[in-house]
Formats: sequence, structure tokens, C-alpha cells
Amino acid sequence: MVDGLINANPTVYEKKERRARIPPGDVDEYAVEPIDQQEIFDHVRDIKDPEHPYSLEELKVITEDAIEVDDKQSHVRITFTPTVEHCSMATVIGLCLRVKLMRCLPPRYKVDIRVAPGTHATEAAVNKQLNDKERVAAALENPNLVEMVDECLAPSYE
Amino acid sequence: MGGSTECVKHIELYVNSSATSLQQEASVNAIATLLKNDTLNIETLVREMEMYLTTTDHIIRSRGILLLAEVLAKLTSKPLTDTSIHSLIGFFSERLADWKASRGAIVGCLALLGRKKEVGMVTDSEAKAVALSYLQNLQVQALGQHDRKLSFRLMECILDHYACAIRDLGDVLLYGICEAIDEEKDPDCLVLVFHIIESLAKLYPDPSGPLSKFAQDLFEILGSYFPIHFTHRKGEDDDNKREELSRALLLAFASTPLFEPFSMPLLLEKLSSSLPSAKVESFRYISYCTTQYGSDRMVKYAQALWSSVKEATFISPQSTVSAESELTGGMGFLDNDMMTQAFVLLQEVMQQDIIFTNLVLSDKDINIFVNSLIESTDFGDISLLLRQKLHAAGHILSVCAKSSAASCNKVFESYFPLLMNALGISPAKPSQKSYLDDDCSVFKLNFGALYLCIDFLGACRCLTAFFDNFTLVSDFANQTWCAMLHRFSGPLMKGFISFLGSNIVDSGHNAFVYLCVKGLQTLSTFPESFVPVSKHLYDCSLLMLVSIVTSEINKTFSWTSALKALVEIGLFIDNCPDSGRASSYKSTVVEKIVFLISSGDITSSSSLKLQAAYDIGATRKEFMVRIVQGLDEAIAVHFSAAYELGNLESDKLATELLDTYSNKVLPWFLETGDSEEIPIKFALGIWANIENSRCINPRPPDNASNLLGATMTAMKKAVGSCTVEGQEMIINKSYELLLESNCFESMGFQSDNCSSKLKGLQQNHNFGSSTYRYEWLISLFASVVIALRPQACIPNGKMMVQLFISAILNGHVSSAHALSALVNKLPSKITGINSFRSISLEEVLDMIFGSFFRTSSNGSMSGNDGHEIDLSGLKLDTLRIQSAKSNVVIGLAWIGKALLMRGHVKVKDITMTLLGLLMLDGNIGDSNQLQEWTEVCDEEYVPQLMKCAADSFHIIMSDSEECLNRRYHAVIRPLYKQRFFSSVIPILSSLVVKSESSSVRSMLYRAFAHVVSDAPLTAILSEAKKLIPILLDCLAILSMDVLDKDIIYNVLLVVSGLLTDRNGEEAVIGNAPRIINQLIDLTAYSQSMAIRETAIQCLVAMSELPHTRIYPLKTQVLQSISKALDDPKRIIRQEAVRCRSAWYVIS
Repeated sequence: MVDGLINANPTVYEKKERRARIPPGDVDEYAVEPIDQQEIFDHVRDIKDPEHPYSLEELKVITEDAIEVDDKQSHVRITFTPTVEHCSMATVIGLCLRVKLMRCLPPRYKVDIRVAPGTHATEAAVNKQLNDKERVAAALENPNLVEMVDECLAPSYE
Repeated sequence: MGGSTECVKHIELYVNSSATSLQQEASVNAIATLLKNDTLNIETLVREMEMYLTTTDHIIRSRGILLLAEVLAKLTSKPLTDTSIHSLIGFFSERLADWKASRGAIVGCLALLGRKKEVGMVTDSEAKAVALSYLQNLQVQALGQHDRKLSFRLMECILDHYACAIRDLGDVLLYGICEAIDEEKDPDCLVLVFHIIESLAKLYPDPSGPLSKFAQDLFEILGSYFPIHFTHRKGEDDDNKREELSRALLLAFASTPLFEPFSMPLLLEKLSSSLPSAKVESFRYISYCTTQYGSDRMVKYAQALWSSVKEATFISPQSTVSAESELTGGMGFLDNDMMTQAFVLLQEVMQQDIIFTNLVLSDKDINIFVNSLIESTDFGDISLLLRQKLHAAGHILSVCAKSSAASCNKVFESYFPLLMNALGISPAKPSQKSYLDDDCSVFKLNFGALYLCIDFLGACRCLTAFFDNFTLVSDFANQTWCAMLHRFSGPLMKGFISFLGSNIVDSGHNAFVYLCVKGLQTLSTFPESFVPVSKHLYDCSLLMLVSIVTSEINKTFSWTSALKALVEIGLFIDNCPDSGRASSYKSTVVEKIVFLISSGDITSSSSLKLQAAYDIGATRKEFMVRIVQGLDEAIAVHFSAAYELGNLESDKLATELLDTYSNKVLPWFLETGDSEEIPIKFALGIWANIENSRCINPRPPDNASNLLGATMTAMKKAVGSCTVEGQEMIINKSYELLLESNCFESMGFQSDNCSSKLKGLQQNHNFGSSTYRYEWLISLFASVVIALRPQACIPNGKMMVQLFISAILNGHVSSAHALSALVNKLPSKITGINSFRSISLEEVLDMIFGSFFRTSSNGSMSGNDGHEIDLSGLKLDTLRIQSAKSNVVIGLAWIGKALLMRGHVKVKDITMTLLGLLMLDGNIGDSNQLQEWTEVCDEEYVPQLMKCAADSFHIIMSDSEECLNRRYHAVIRPLYKQRFFSSVIPILSSLVVKSESSSVRSMLYRAFAHVVSDAPLTAILSEAKKLIPILLDCLAILSMDVLDKDIIYNVLLVVSGLLTDRNGEEAVIGNAPRIINQLIDLTAYSQSMAIRETAIQCLVAMSELPHTRIYPLKTQVLQSISKALDDPKRIIRQEAVRCRSAWYVIS
């Protein structure tokens, strides 16, 4: 591990407003609401950054536009942007995203996670690592990593 | 003495080191009781305790002293002699030096110092001795948290109650306190510390006194706590605690002007901090300190204060666009906390010294901003930031103007001519006074100028309202602002009026419309003594606003703002009743509105017009009475048109008018009190309408028409709000009408003949179709009866009861309501022969049971007691009259509810009857009754009847809007639901176990579900263990039928109540696997989203149970929840995610 923080002083952005709940009464009981971009975003926005007490949304690691969903094909692709190019936390963030979506999405979904092109020094390596089933499974066998991921995913109760 | 041996026992128990805190408390109480009863006196107690108080074993000694102290703390109201107090306080103050036993000594001192004079209190010199001993011996910061708190409380007590005694301690006291409070960190103690400092400041108010030497030291301790901010949040009441601490610290900061040289630099420094909460706190503290330190001390900070206020409000405004922004033409902003506090501060400093006004007016930024804004004329260009700035600038300037007459003068001198110039308005010449001059009255559309102008007017209004009470009119006239206002208000008002009247209004000038309307409103609400506008102009402006309200209904924006302005003006008249304005308001506004509703052209957008009428009427009673008159006329016209001719349009309108009446007008009168006239007049009016229109439109009512329902509701509410006399008047009138209309004969019996002719009735099934008029009459009559007070007497009760009974048999539900209201309210026995009450409860019940149940001759089931209901008779009878069966059941349910609410025993009979009906099916194949039934019973009809009986439990348990509630004066015994619940549930559960037929069991569960879901949760919790298995079966059976989803939902809510309540936990743990299985089934209930959601939430609640019990179920829950992750509804998916993560962490 590196001494000190990798990005000691990140820029913090404002949060977006959340989707308001439709008041009961004017809801069509049988209408289907497909899983959409914002819903996925709601799942991942509150993941805590491994380094700072801010959420990924506040650091703009994740934005709503960086999420592509196809509910019919059961496919999601998330493109995230590390705060600095040499961020060694990129894999941890990616792992957090994957674990979170594994727990939140129905099993029929296939999830692709990648670093935004040109935002990371070892982009290809990170992408490969994040989408390799076996390496992800292996990572989740590592108790230290799992503890770190769980900490990031812990609800913040805001 | 018996007391002393007993007390020795208690002392030993207390001092014993193995005693629990509960036991100790018990012995303290016991000894205190002995002392209170005088079985033991305090000297004896001390003598008995001598060994414990003086022993060298410090544990025992400290416990002994603490015991004595706690006993004394219980005796605050028992008189003690001076000698005992003297020796006790001497003892305790000396013991303060004994650090191993200091807690007892502190508690003892506290108990004695807190005593009141009447029961013997500590003298001043003794108190001083305590203080000295405290200061010399007690190392407060070396003590534990609880002891520190106690010792701070002791110091607080000395400072509060014995201030004179310790004043001459001076430096010793101050030094001691500084030492004691330094480095304190516990929030509870800090509140006390802050209060001690506040008291100290009160003790030495002299600016050159002892405090002046210590001010810096004290503030150094104090200042380090600002701003109060918790880094480690612990629980929910953090916010409350923070609030409390912050308030205490604020009071300490402001306690003495001696702190000013230290506190102001600190606060100003914090104003520039980057933490918003620190800024908000600083503004708050400075505002309060300003009022306490005095203006001399604050003047030197003026420049710094102004620049920070400007920074927070004007340079970088943080206001957000409010939700009502649409209604205020895009200028509605919500200030954030910081801005609000900054404005408060500005207001405080402005009121202290005019120097602040000078600062604001000479400020270049504001000046340049206003000038540049005035030059740009197009509102469309103005960006959000500019609008926010304009809002802030307007606020700042109006705070200036509001603060005092002198600063108002200055503000007006510097800005008002500029604004008027920009608007192109020239002052009124003395010659042209009171008519609208077209040439000069249209102003230039300049948004910035107009906005500021309106803000200024508002500020002036506040100022005059403030001065109105204690300043002579002549004083106003000398002021510059006043003179300016007088000169310009006329032309301004003309400008507003002609702008609103012109057709520019159409083209999206909402912001201008809003401002003009607001301007008119402000100008019209200046106090009476200060009238900037002539009466003629006042009338003109009212006329303008009214014409907007009456004509421009489709332009909703101008309509709502004009209506709001009119309401404000009306309310203002009510505040200061000056007859001139009230009469012009009445003649222009109210009359026009009345004309609007009573005239024929109400048809389009009637609800808005009624809204306007009500809002304007609500400003003043006199107006409301006039409006109601108009409403009455309109109702009369439309009602008869709808009733006689079946005019659809009128039907809709009359319904709307009646709704307004029952939802708004009547509650308004009820709230304002008195005036019974209105409801009486209304009720009689409706009856008169019915009487006058002899021929009713024969067209049977189409389903869309709700006229009858609306009339009934209005009638009920009207009658309900009358007194007994008024109600009697109404019921007599309606009864007469009923007699005249031959209503009674048509129902199958002749007048005056009270013995029922049910046979005739039974053949007469065409009640609903042929005689629409009768339905009206009976329904309205029922509404009157429902709302009667218990004291009201009724004419010819027997006839009435017969009428209702036969109507019930024909399926008329309102009659069931009325009959239940009668049963609920009638006296059980008639006392005295001359009583007006013509019928008693017993008679009514006999009549009801007599007609509902045929008396049976074989008497197979009836008991000897005449009061018991003959069950077999009922069955035969109800089953024979096919069409009346379920009607009887419904009627019975209502009667049962009425009896239950008044706590009558016969409710039991009704319950048993209903239960019997519910199990009809199960009895087949049972004994000799079989033949009787199969003869008369239509097989297909039985399930329906059973269901009806089961649902009748819902009627009995639920609250009804229609009748039997407080509004309609029902007799309601407390806890009636609990009583019913606890008597019926055991029967139901035993029947469930016994029943063999599945259909009967499902009906029993249905009834059970109704009873449980309406019962109070506390009652259910006490039975939770027994109920949970039945509840689960209930859910399982009910979920088979889609139509029962509401019932399921209610039962599920009960289950979730059990899950979330701590008292239910034990019962839940015992049944955890079954509950979870059932909940899992319900998470897939496709018919209702609410059920799925609640089921998942229940599962989340289950995850809180002890892990050992639920861990085995983890995989099962996770598996089934993963299906819910793919639910079609988003909310369900969210809940499922929550549930999954809650269960995921169990390990």
C-alpha cells in the first residue's frame, strides 16, 4: 500500500435530487416500470469512496449519463471515472460497483464495468480485471478486500 | 421506637455492598416514608447511622453519607428545625473535603440548599461556608462524569439561590469557577457550565467589578466551544442536545458586555469560515449579542458586520427558488438558514444605530446594481442570479426602511425618486385628485424598479402599522418618506389599475401582474390613520381586483393572485374595523361575488367561483352571512331545477353548491361559534324545496348523479351543528312533510296503526323503482335522525321506527344508519309520564327484533328469557324473504354497532346471531333443523349470506363517516372496541378450531380479520401469542381470493404492527419460521403493490430478531427476495434491495 492518500484533496460536487416517490392513489397497479438508468444510479450513487468520506456521486466518479441499461436484454454497462489517472483504487471502486449491483439487480442481468477511456493509466488492465469472472470471484475470497468493499457499501443513512 | 429498628434494617441493606441499585432505592424510599410519617425523626436517624458516617472504611462511609443525603433529597417538602438543618449542612460542607465520599456530601448540600423557606432553609452564612468549602476542597475536573454534573449543579444552585451570600467572595469565587470548568467536555455538564457563567455575569454586573479581571480567562474557556458541533454523532437526540447547548452558550456569550472585546473578533472570524453551519451560528450569536452589548460597543464593528451580511446575502445569494415561485411571478425565493440569520442580524443592528443605514446606502455595489438593473428594461433577460440579487437587495433596503422613521427617510431620499422616474410616474398635482387620468397613469414596464418599489411600499406599511398605535398623525406628515408616499401613491395606484385593466396582461407578464396586484394590496392595507389613497381610488382598486376574479377565471395566474389580494384586504378590514372601508368592500366585492353565484352564468368553472366566494366570505362574518344568502338562493334555484326537471347541468351544480356548503361553510360557522341560524335556515330551506316541488322528475336517477348523497351530507352536517331546539324544529317540520306525503301508507301500514303489517310489506318490493320521491323523503329524514342530539325529542317514535325497519328490509342502508343512531341515543327507560320522548330503547329493540325475527312457536332454541333472540326464528324468517336476507344482516350489524358503542348488553345476542348466520353451511347435516332450512333455503344463496354476516363484523368494528360518530353526537363509551375484541376473539378462535367445513372456516377467518384489523394494537399485543397463528392462517386463506386484497392488506398491517412493537417480539420469535413463510408468499402477491411492499418491509423488520432464531431462514429469505428484485414495480425493487442487504449481513 502507498503511504498517504492517492488523491489527498479531491473536488467535491453537489448531489443530484432524488426521485420523489409517486404518492399512492394515482398509481396504476399493473403498469410495469422497467429498470432504468436512474434506478441503477440510485443503487450505486451512495457507495462510499474507499479513500474519502464522500460518495461516488459527490466525487463524480459515477454520473447518471455514464450508465447504460437495456432492460429487455438484461444488460447494464457502467463507465466510471477515477478522480486521478494513477488511482490505484480504481479496481476497488470497480469491485464495489460490481458487488453492489450483484446484490441489487435480479440475477438475469449481465453487468459490464469499465473505466472511462483515457482517464486511467492502466485502463486496459483494470477493465480486464473487473470483467473477469474468475478474478472477481478470487478477489471476493480475500477477507481484506471483502471487508473493504463492505465498508464502502455500508448504508450511510442520510 | 419501632421506627428505629426498621430503619436500621434498611440502613444495613443499603450499605451492604452487594445491594443492587433497585434495592437501594427501595430502602431510601422506606426510610424517607418513616421520616415523613414522623415514626422516626431525623436526629434518631443520624444517631443510628453514626457508625456508618464516621467509620474509617471509606466505602462504607461514602455509602452511609450518600444514604443520608438521598434521604434528605426526598424530604424537600417536610419541615425541619433550624438546628437540624444547621448541623446537617455543617456536616456536609465539611465532608466536601473527604474526596472519597464527596458524592454524598454534594448530594446532601444540594438537597439542603434547594429547600424552600416555609420548610426551613439554609442561612446565608452557611451557604457561604458551603461555597468556600467547595472552592477549597473540590477538584471538580478530577471527578467522574456524574459527580462533575452534581457539583456543577451545586454551584448553579448556590449562584441562583444565595447570590447575595457569596457576592463578596469575588476573586476567590471567580478563580475557583474558572478552575472547575476548564476543559469540561461532557454535553450535560457543559449546559450547566454555560449557565453558571451566565449567573456569574448577573452576580457582578459592574463593568469595573471583579468580573472585569476574569473576563478574558472566562471567555477563553467559553470561546473554545463555539460553534457547537458534534464530530461523533451518537443518536437521534443529538440535534436536540446540540440545540440546547447552543442556546446555553449563546446566553453565556451575551451575558455581559465585558465579553465583547473577546467575543466579537471570534464571531467575526468565524463568519469567514468555510463551514456553513459555523456562519449561521455566528450570525445568530451576533444578532443576539448586539441586543445585549448595546450600540456603543457595536458601532466599531459596523463596517465588518455590513460587509459580511452583504457577502452572505447579496454577493453570493444562496436562496433557492421556492415551490410557490410560479405564483409570485418567478420571484419567490426561499432563503437558506444563513441568509435568514444574516437578515435578522441586519434588522437588529439597523434598529440600534442609523450608521448602518448610512453604510448600506453608501454602498457602491448595491448602488451600481440597482442603477444598472433599472436601466435594463426587459424582464426576460434577467438571469437567475440577477433575480436572486434583486430579491436580496430589495430585502436589505426594506429592512433599512423598516427599522426606523429616520432611516426610512434616508432610503426614500436616495432611491424613491429614481424608481419613480424609471417607472415614468410623476407626482400627483394638488388639482387633479380623484379621477383616473388616462394619460399619466400607464407606467413604463421596468421590472427592477417595480419590484423595489413594491418592496418599499411593503416596508412603509410595516412601519406605519408599527407606529400606528402610539404616534399622532401629524408626526407622519413631517417625515420625508411620508410626504413622498402621499405624492406618489395616487399615480402609482392608477398605474397599477390601468396596467391590470389593459390587455397587455394577456401576454405572459405574470411577474408584472403579480407585482401590480401586490402593490394594490399594500396600498389598500395601510392603517386607517394613515391613508395614502383616497376612497375613490380604494374603490377603484377593489373593483379592478373583483373584475379579475369574476371575469378572468381561465387566466389562473392573475385570478389566484387577485383573489389572494382581496382576501388579504378583507382580513385587514377585519383587523381594524373602520366602517368606511368595510362598507365599500361590502358593496363592491361581496355584492359582486354574491351576484356571481346567484346569477345564472355560474355554470362554467363553478368550483373556482365557489372557492372565491368562500375565501372572501371567510374574511369577516358579516360578509359570510351575505355570501351564504347568495348560496341559499343559488341552491334553491338549481336544486328545484334538478329535482323537478332533471336538468343535468343544474344537478351537477347543485351538488357542487351543496358540497361547498357541507365542506366549507358549515365548518366555518361551527368554528366561529354562535349563529345557529344558518344551519337551521339551510335545513328548513331544503325541506321547503322538497315540499314545494310536489312533482318530482320521474326519471330514475342515473348513477352519475350524486345529488341525493350531497344533499344528505349537507343535511346531516347542518342538523349536527344545531342545538337541541333547532334540531327539534327541523325534525318536526320533516315529520309533517312525511305525513303529508303519505309516506307511511306507501310503506305498507296505515298512519297511527303501529302494529306492523309486514305481510303487506313483503309483497311490496317495488319501493326502489316506482317511488323515487319516497326514497328522497326517507333518505333526507334519515339524515336528520342520524345527526340528532341524544336530548332531542322526536315525534311519534314508533311510526318512525316502523318506517325505518321496513325501509331496511327493502335494502335502504341510510335507514339502517338512522335506526342505529336512534338505538344509540334513546334513553333506555322513559322517566315520567309527561316526557316528550315518545319511545324508549327497550320498545325499539322489541320492535326491531319482532320484525327481523319471526317469533317461533316450536321454541326449539329460544330460552325462557324473553330478551333472548330466537335464532331459529330468525333463520327461517330471513331465509324466507329472499330479497331481505342480507338487508337484515346489514341492519343487524348497524344496530349491533350502536348497542356496542353505548355499552348495552344485547350486543351479545346480535353477535351470536351473526355468528350463527356465518356458520349456516356448517350446520347442515346437523340435528333436526336441517329440514326446516332446506325447505326454505335457496342453496346458492347461503354462501352470499355467510359472507354478508362475516362482513358485518367490519361494520361493527370500523369507524363510520356516515353516522355514529362524535360529529353526529353518538353516545360512545370509551374502549368499546377493546371490549368487543376481547369478547369475540375467544369465541371466533374456538369456533375456527371446531369447524369442519372449509367454507365456514374461511368465513370465520374473514370475520376474524375484520375484528383484528380494526382493533387497537395494544389490545392485540396483549394476546399476540395466541393470535399470530390464526393471523397467519387468515392470510393464507384470504390470499386465495383476489377480491379480498383490502382485507389482506389490513391484516398485514396488524402483523407489521406486531413485528415492530417490542412487546410483540416474544410472540413473534416463537413463530418466526411460519411468519417468514407466509410473508414470503405475500411478496409474490401479484394483485396489490401495497401488499408486496408491506410484506417485504415486514421481512426487513424480521431481520432484527435474535440471530440464532432467524439464521436458519437466511438462505430461504434471500432466495425468495431475489425474485422480488425483478418486480415490475420500482418501489418494490427498492424495498427488496433493502431487505436483501438487511438479511445479507446476518451471520
